[in-house]
Amino acid sequence: MTKEILTRMGDGERVSMSADDVRADIIAGSEEAATKGDIPPLSSDEIDELFDIIADENRIVSVKPGNEVIMTDDGGAMLMVMDQADGGVGLSMGRAQAVYAYERICCADTAHIGHMDYSIKPLKAIITLEANEYYNASLMSTIPLFYGSQPNMGLYYTPDGPVPNPAELFQVGDVKGAQDAQDEAGKYLKEDILHVAKQLSEVGCEGINFDTAGSSGDAELRVVLECVEEMKRRNPGMPIIMGMAGEFVLGMHGAAEYKGKKLAGLYPHEQVGVVESAGADVFGPAINVNCSESFPWNLARAVVFVKAASEAANIPVHPNVGMGVCGVPMFELTPVDCVTRVSKAMVEIGKADGL
Amino acid sequence: MATAHVMASGIGGMRTAGDLVSWMQMARKMRINEAKQYVADKLGIAVIDLANEEIMREIREDLDIGLITAMAGTAKGIAAKKRIAELLEITIPSVEMFKDKMNL
Repeated sequence: MTKEILTRMGDGERVSMSADDVRADIIAGSEEAATKGDIPPLSSDEIDELFDIIADENRIVSVKPGNEVIMTDDGGAMLMVMDQADGGVGLSMGRAQAVYAYERICCADTAHIGHMDYSIKPLKAIITLEANEYYNASLMSTIPLFYGSQPNMGLYYTPDGPVPNPAELFQVGDVKGAQDAQDEAGKYLKEDILHVAKQLSEVGCEGINFDTAGSSGDAELRVVLECVEEMKRRNPGMPIIMGMAGEFVLGMHGAAEYKGKKLAGLYPHEQVGVVESAGADVFGPAINVNCSESFPWNLARAVVFVKAASEAANIPVHPNVGMGVCGVPMFELTPVDCVTRVSKAMVEIGKADGL
Repeated sequence: MATAHVMASGIGGMRTAGDLVSWMQMARKMRINEAKQYVADKLGIAVIDLANEEIMREIREDLDIGLITAMAGTAKGIAAKKRIAELLEITIPSVEMFKDKMNL
């Protein structure tokens, strides 16, 4: 009788698969990433190693002693106080207290503070309040404390912002108008990012985390890269984490370049080069999850992309391993069996410097 | 979820040397092995002991660089970070601001 392995689908549904099927999905996921990214698939040894991680009979797994890495996050502590439907538990406590609890009870290596309305555009209006919150928290925290926000250039388009919406212009065939709109929105975004960064810099901010860079496509990514370069010129001592929005830079603009490199279509092992050249300190690749495929398929696929990025990088690589990225199932309460397997695979096969 | 990752793969933050290795990644862009080796050399311990509570608890108390447990009179928060910056020979922005406010 063939041994059955308890695992999950990309949406978190628990399934039982035969060992042969798990191995076949690992190979298929690996080949899919290799073909898309034009990068090497998992070797036979790596396939065996990943199979052992997935097939481990224990519910929770971990890295071997000596293989531990650094944990950075985009809201680990904030989830204690936020009451968003996608994961916050809404405790009646302040954000600084959440940071201290994350530091001293959860024993995280770094912490992060941010506003519930996480985008740069709304943040600009309240940055003096946020800077004060950050400043107070940093006086009593010991681990590195980041301030996080997402560029989210889409908020500058109508009906939320002043710039014509490129999606509507595309629908009427006005490609040039859509590109111009993205360039215009980029000017607003750049001004706002640099304003926020300046305010945080003035209170001794220990680091900034740009989350989901490029969520509005290549034109947004170009602006973030330009901002990182300018922030490093103004204040080289303030570390910057740059986490990506997805595995593939969307070509919403199509002609956006940074230092002569076309940004549309870049995969993680190529993204890390432009992030490095802008001056960022940590790169966070984000590999999409396919809910219709199995966890072994998704994890193998993510490991192939992350491994290629780690090999291409000269700066630390911290894959995004939250809900729906890098193999973690797309489910509000991420199953701990999958989360810990992603953790171990990203570090021991993907050669990540942190998560 | 974040806590699951911390337990599965993290160094352990202030329980061990997780914050110290983090500072080296952030201050010098060091990859994980280089950052661990740098911190281990500064502490005079083996790399594998960076995540060893039994070793790091005593080292953190001896160096007074911040303890996970509440102990009155030890360096906490910005005071601990100032001592960490000196130990690792790095610049931490919040510490620089603190020193400026203290006319140090």
